[in-house]
Amino acid sequence: MTGDLIFILLALLTLVPAVWVVMSRNLVHAGFGLLFTLFGAAGLYAYMGADFIAVAQLMVYIGGVLVLVLFTVMMTHVPRSHGNHGYDRYVPASVFALLTFGVLYKTITSVNWSASTSPAEPTIARIGAQIMTDFIFPFEYVSLVLLAAMIGAALLTREERPAGPANAAKDTEVAP
Amino acid sequence: MSMTSPLGTVATGLQAHYATVFVFILVGFVFAGIALGVAKLLRPSNPSPAKQSTYECGEVPIGSSWVRFNVRFYLVALFFIVFDVEVIFLYPWAVVFKQLFPVPGMGAIVFWEMIIFLAILALGLAYVWVKGDLDWVKKLAQRTAMTPAPAAAAEEEVPAS
Repeated sequence: MTGDLIFILLALLTLVPAVWVVMSRNLVHAGFGLLFTLFGAAGLYAYMGADFIAVAQLMVYIGGVLVLVLFTVMMTHVPRSHGNHGYDRYVPASVFALLTFGVLYKTITSVNWSASTSPAEPTIARIGAQIMTDFIFPFEYVSLVLLAAMIGAALLTREERPAGPANAAKDTEVAP
Repeated sequence: MSMTSPLGTVATGLQAHYATVFVFILVGFVFAGIALGVAKLLRPSNPSPAKQSTYECGEVPIGSSWVRFNVRFYLVALFFIVFDVEVIFLYPWAVVFKQLFPVPGMGAIVFWEMIIFLAILALGLAYVWVKGDLDWVKKLAQRTAMTPAPAAAAEEEVPAS
C-alpha cells in the first residue's frame, strides 16, 4: 500500500539521520543530521494529518531551533575528538534511554488507536477559530511567556564585565 | 488533480495536497541531484594539499577554524526563535481572519487580540533595543576607543589565528 510505503520512507528519514546524530564524533555533523531527523518528523506529523504541527515543526525546529543548536555548537569550543572518550557514559545513557523507551512504550500501548481512524481534516482554520474565541487568554499568555523568554535571554547573556583588553580578547578565544 | 492518482482511492483532499508537496520536494531533490551529479561527472578531480586547505582570503590558515564564537550570535538566534514562534501563532489567525472579521461582534476582537499579542512582543523588542542588547557595533566602538590595539583585533568574530 502506498500509505505504508510513505510511512516507511518517512520513518527511515527520521531514524537513519538520528543514528548518525548519536554516533557522529563531530558536533557540526550531528547538527546537520538533526536537520534530516526533524524534517522526517515534520513529514510524519503531516502523514498523520497534523498539518499545523507539521508547519510548526518546519518553521520553529528546522528554521529556528536548529540554527540555535548550530550556534551553540559554535560556542562550545570543543575540538574535533578522535579518541574514544564518551564511552564511560554508556551506562547512564543506556539506563536513561531504556527508561525513556519504557515510558514511550507504555504510552503507545495504552492508547486506543482504533478510536482515531477518522480521515484527516485541515486543522489550521479550526485552531485559528479556537484561538480567536475560546482560548483568547491562553493565547495572550503565550505572548507574555515569549516576552519573558526574550528578556531572560537578554539578561543572561548581557555582558556584566567591564570592557577592557583582557575581556576583548576573551571574545575571540581560539582553539589551542 | 492528476497528483491524486499515485495515492489511488485513499487520496482525500488533504492527502492530495500532501502529494503536491511531496512531488515538489522530490523535484527539488532531483533538480539539485542532477545539477551536482552532472558537475561531478564533468569536472576534473586532482586534489592537492593547497586546494584542500581552508580558504582564508589567500592567507595560509593558522590553527583550527573551530573557535568559540561570541555569545551575541546565540542571543540573536534566541530573539529570532521568539519571533519565529510568534509567526507560528500568526499563521492560523491569518487563515481565519477573512472569515471571522465580518462576523458581527467578532471583528474587533479578532483584530485587537492579535494587535495586543504583537504589542506585547513589540514591548520585548523595544526593551532589548533600548537596553542595547541588539547593538553589535556600538560595543565594539566603545572598546576600540578604550583600548585601541587589542580591541581592533576583537572586531573580527572569526580570527585567522
